[in-house]
Amino acid sequence: MLAFLEKLDRRWVFLLMGLAVAIPILFPLPFEYKPSALARSVFDEIDRLPDGSRVLFSFDYDPATSGELSPMARAMLYHCGKKKHKLYVMALFGPGKTLGSEAIQEILLKYAGDDYTYGEDYVELGYQTGNEGVIKVAVTDLPQMFPTDVRGTPLSKIPVLEGVENFQAMDLLVAVSAGDPGSKQWIQYFISAYPKTRMVTGTTGVQSVSLYPYIPNQLAGMLGAIKGAAEYETIVNAKYPGPDGKPVPELTEAQRRMGPQLTAHLLMVSLIVVGNVVYLMGRRKAHQSGGGR
Amino acid sequence: MKSTVPTLIATIVGVVLIVAFFVPATQSWSETAVDWFNILAGVAFILGGGNLIKVQLETISSRRPGWGYALVILVSFAIMLTVGLLKIGVPPAEQYPNHPWSGEYDAPASAFGWIFENVYNPLTSTMFALLAFYVASAAFRAFRAKNIEAMLLLGTAFIVLLGNTAIARLTDGIPDSLSFLRLDQVVANTMSYITTGAFRAITIGIAIGVAATALRVLLGIDRPYLGRT
Repeated sequence: MLAFLEKLDRRWVFLLMGLAVAIPILFPLPFEYKPSALARSVFDEIDRLPDGSRVLFSFDYDPATSGELSPMARAMLYHCGKKKHKLYVMALFGPGKTLGSEAIQEILLKYAGDDYTYGEDYVELGYQTGNEGVIKVAVTDLPQMFPTDVRGTPLSKIPVLEGVENFQAMDLLVAVSAGDPGSKQWIQYFISAYPKTRMVTGTTGVQSVSLYPYIPNQLAGMLGAIKGAAEYETIVNAKYPGPDGKPVPELTEAQRRMGPQLTAHLLMVSLIVVGNVVYLMGRRKAHQSGGGR
Repeated sequence: MKSTVPTLIATIVGVVLIVAFFVPATQSWSETAVDWFNILAGVAFILGGGNLIKVQLETISSRRPGWGYALVILVSFAIMLTVGLLKIGVPPAEQYPNHPWSGEYDAPASAFGWIFENVYNPLTSTMFALLAFYVASAAFRAFRAKNIEAMLLLGTAFIVLLGNTAIARLTDGIPDSLSFLRLDQVVANTMSYITTGAFRAITIGIAIGVAATALRVLLGIDRPYLGRT
């Protein structure tokens, strides 16, 4: 057995991981999630704003991380829709522009469509090259960075942008971020210089570690990875359920994905334990046979 | 001359950006400088595209190992560029119904939108998801408790891995007076105090290093933009 484990073909590990992820997808594991303080802070920040407040919503991710970030982006967009906030949607990642448009069509207009007319209640600014340079210019002069919206309309002719000369006019920034440029750049070039605008973020698990130092001063709240999204979905569904009084189907996606995450994490822990047992037994055997160092 | 002019531009722009941060009256200078940067970043896409074509064509013409993949890259690049620039299948925008190119290049009904949704999206998601398999294999082979530091790392990894799953609910039964022992609370405290403390120190260190490096670039001592340090 020890010899088998010592020379275990990695394809067995791949097979185990495949099963660990596939089985809970085929047979979902129902769990209830207790919202963490950070998820609650994000919810409170969006919820305490008066209806119709100005919210800048940045989709700073691409399809590679959409499995982790789309559920939280959609839940926050739904929440903003229920609060009838004016939405200014943009992206610091090229594909983020398309992902943002999809979320607007599939969530905002589906569940809050009566309250949202393009140009009057929300606008899509799209994507611009320049990374943090985009933020740096738009915080003082929005039309210089975005002369038109994604439909080619000059910003001066869009009603929802009346009185909005730059990002400083925003009440809240929601950044869903996969890396650079993302939440960190928003903090460095916007929120630190103009703290009147509050900021909440949703990030990948890997990136969340680097953002903890900014809580609570620069960041009012943070959703970390799929767990943060599942917690947020729980809070939003409890306060703003779907038209039939049940949880919004699109807002149960993160909770569904927590099942495969649980089994995958358990497998990882088991593999590390088994790997270490094999390592220690092998070392002991080597010592006993006089070959150890 | 070839190195003096770029060095001069870098120094002037760098100084302008620093001055504009502290002197509001000079903010428009900074905006102009950043505008130039953004235009250059846009042009870099064209250079990047040109470089991609050059490198892949070299690989194909010399029949290097993997030249078939280079061909796939070139064909995919050409397809995306064509459907995006020509706005193939893009419906006209509502406000300009008589102008066929007025719609968004990535509208769901367009060819670009279809490829994004049905090819690019699943492919990149799959590539990222493959990480789970390789991380699992690496965890089995490389994550060894060889010394105290490695044991601490392992212990923390176990807590964070399990605390971020629904299994953390198993410790909800711990009484409120000992709530700090609940797994989700242990994770929250680890992240909020230990990780944050360490990360703040790293961040401050990086910031000081960046400031020193920036000063060397501004003074023309380091010139990475010319390929020299």
